[in-house]
Formats: sequence, C-alpha cells, structure tokens
Amino acid sequence: MKSFDYVRPSTVREAVAAATAPGAAYLAAGTNLLDLMKGGVTRPDRLVDITHLPGLDRIEALADGGVRIGALVRNADLAHEHDFARRFPAVAEALLSGASAQLRNAATVGGNLLQRTRCAYFYDPASACNKRNPGSGCDARGGDNRLHAVMGWSESCIATHPSDFCVPLVALDAVVEVEGKAGRREIPLEMLHRLPGDTPQRESVLEHGEMIVAVRLPAEAARFAAHARYLKVRERTSYAFAVVSAAADTTANA
Amino acid sequence: MSFSTTLTINGVTRTIALDDPRVTLLDLLRERLDLTGTKKGCDRGQCGACTVIVDGRRINSCLALAISHDGADVLTIEGVAQGGKLHPVQEAFIAHDGLQCGYCTPGQIMSAIGLIDEGQAGDDPERVREAMSGNLCRCGAYQGITQAVLDAQRAHDAARRKEVA
Repeated sequence: MKSFDYVRPSTVREAVAAATAPGAAYLAAGTNLLDLMKGGVTRPDRLVDITHLPGLDRIEALADGGVRIGALVRNADLAHEHDFARRFPAVAEALLSGASAQLRNAATVGGNLLQRTRCAYFYDPASACNKRNPGSGCDARGGDNRLHAVMGWSESCIATHPSDFCVPLVALDAVVEVEGKAGRREIPLEMLHRLPGDTPQRESVLEHGEMIVAVRLPAEAARFAAHARYLKVRERTSYAFAVVSAAADTTANA
Repeated sequence: MSFSTTLTINGVTRTIALDDPRVTLLDLLRERLDLTGTKKGCDRGQCGACTVIVDGRRINSCLALAISHDGADVLTIEGVAQGGKLHPVQEAFIAHDGLQCGYCTPGQIMSAIGLIDEGQAGDDPERVREAMSGNLCRCGAYQGITQAVLDAQRAHDAARRKEVA
C-alpha cells in the first residue's frame, strides 16, 4: 500500500476542506477502500477519516413521515432498526443480502453508495481498464463478464455498480444530501451515479471533495411496505455479488 | 509523522505509538502486540480468519486501520476464556469437531460469538450458515461448525432463561 497522509477532522466543514486537496480521499469504514489500496488500484495521497465526526450515525424519523439516514450509519444497524425495516422492508432485505455479517457490521451507508465496481479487471492492475487507467481499453469485454452489465454499458466499460442497497433506494426515490465547498446540496439517488459512456473513470456526479452526509427516503416510500421485495440472483446463496437483482415495490388498489 | 491510538484490548487499555498510518488492526495485534491468535488469511476481507469484536460487533480486522479505531474496545480470541475456563463457544467447537487444521478457528469462534450476541439467527441451521458465510474453512469443517454454533446458541438461550427465572 502506498503511504498516505492521515487527517482526522472534527467537523464536516473541516473534512470537506481537507478532502478538497488533490489526491485526497474520504475514509469511512474502509472495507472497500483499504482493499483497493492494498491491491494498488487506488493510491490516495491523503485519507480524511470521517468516522469520528459527530452526528452522522443517526436514523431520524422526519416530521413529514420520511426518514433521514446519516452517512455513517452501519449497514447492519440500518437493516435491523425495527421501525426502518418495518416501513422499508425491501431496503432492509437488500442490505442483508450484501457482503458478510462482518462487512455489514462495519460498512457505512455513504460508503455503500460510493463503493467501486467489483469488475475483476478493474481490480487487476495488469489488465486493461478504462475506469482505472483511462484510454487503456477494457479486458472485461472479451473476458469473464458473467457478472457485468446487461444495460447501460458502453464500448469503454461494462462494469456494474455492485450495491444491493442502491437498487430499492432508487425505486423509492431516495435523495442524497451532499456537503461540499459551496455548501450543501441534494441529489436524487437516481442521478448520483453516472453511466460509463466515454468516461468510466467518472462514476458519480460528486465533485472532488464533496461528501455524502445523509440519505433520505420520502414518506411516500413507506406506502409500499406491505408489497415490497428485493430479489437477488447470485452464484451461491450467501456472500456473493448479484448476477442480477431487482427491487419491486407495489401498492394494490382494492 | 507519528501517530498514536488508544485501544482497550481484552480489557486492558493501552496507548500505542504508530510510526505509519497504514497499520491495520490485524497487523497491530499480530506484529506489534504479539496477539497472534487472530489469523491473517486473505488479508482482503474475504475469508474471515481475522475476525475480532470491536465495540461489540464482529468485523474483519484486516480491513480496519488501527489509527481510525482510536478509542475502540477490542475483543480477540485471547480474551474469551475466563480464568482458564473456555468460552461456551470454544467448548462447542471442541465437542462438535468444528475444525480440522485450526487456522480459521479463532475467526470462526469470534464470528460465532458475535453472531450469538446479534441474536438474529436463532436455531435455524440455514440462517446460521448464512450468518457464518463470512468465515471460510478450507478443511471443510462446516458441518461441525454449524452444529457447534447451534449448540452454543441453545446453551446461551438456556442460560438466559435461567437468568430470567
């Protein structure tokens, strides 16, 4: 792993200032980032550790009936929060279908949204990958790509975003709250990730240094609680990324 | 640049100087504190050999930076037996032959202790297998491991009932 400078800000504002420097990256649980750094896929010069920031690990019921999930809430905590799981069962189901218990205990909500693809060619520095090394080509296209994109792929990149959590969140019109140098803004989750097109290295619409502080689900999302599922097809029954998955949330008119 | 991290490990609080922020919790335990019970398998969060309990939650210590866990309470395999008496999960692994070579066993046991604390799997073998899927066993002792976890879960539940009564 390449050496890096470690900083631990005490406020979101300090964190954003520290992460705006070129080569800086946010560190939450690190379950994906440290793996990428050990493999030499990602080589940040500075890690901005946000895990000690206060107030980002809360699940708040909003007055309008929605829910606001802090970026540092752990995946397992959200999935097992009684009220949340009852009102948004497909989201809880998606969270529990991902990774292993150990990873779900550590991984955060914000980190889940911004995790990188699990394309094996992206992870292998010896392979051509336009996402890791723009212009180098894509070895996945002629390679082992059973888990790759069915829709939305381009000539440059056929990698998928591996999150289970994001699938029902998109279906339920989740919104992401983002803090940056210019202040706070909100992005519909559906708009957060970019399709690869000719620039697969640009994975989200976030500017460098912007930080997800929370995810919100609107009150209307709870209307589907009685008829909501997340279905994931994978190569073994546990601890595997999806071959394909779908969230379905419906209401029935009597 | 030098850093320090304060950790409570198996009940003992210590402040540890770190000359490099890259040190993982796993490497800190094994290489610097001589707590080699926690094993390094894949070192990439896939095999679970490095499982420890941090602030009451089982995690992969290979994907945790020691410096980021400043202030944390860590339980490792060295801390689970009490006064020479094995932890009930350790007893159950022995009773059910939940191991062969033993390399993955500390991680399996820490994961099982975490699982029982989480209280999500109950006595359903399928849910136990799912909840233990972050721990690989190359010897294939899964049958014994599942039986050991189920047995430890039953013993835990019985002890709970006794406490309540």
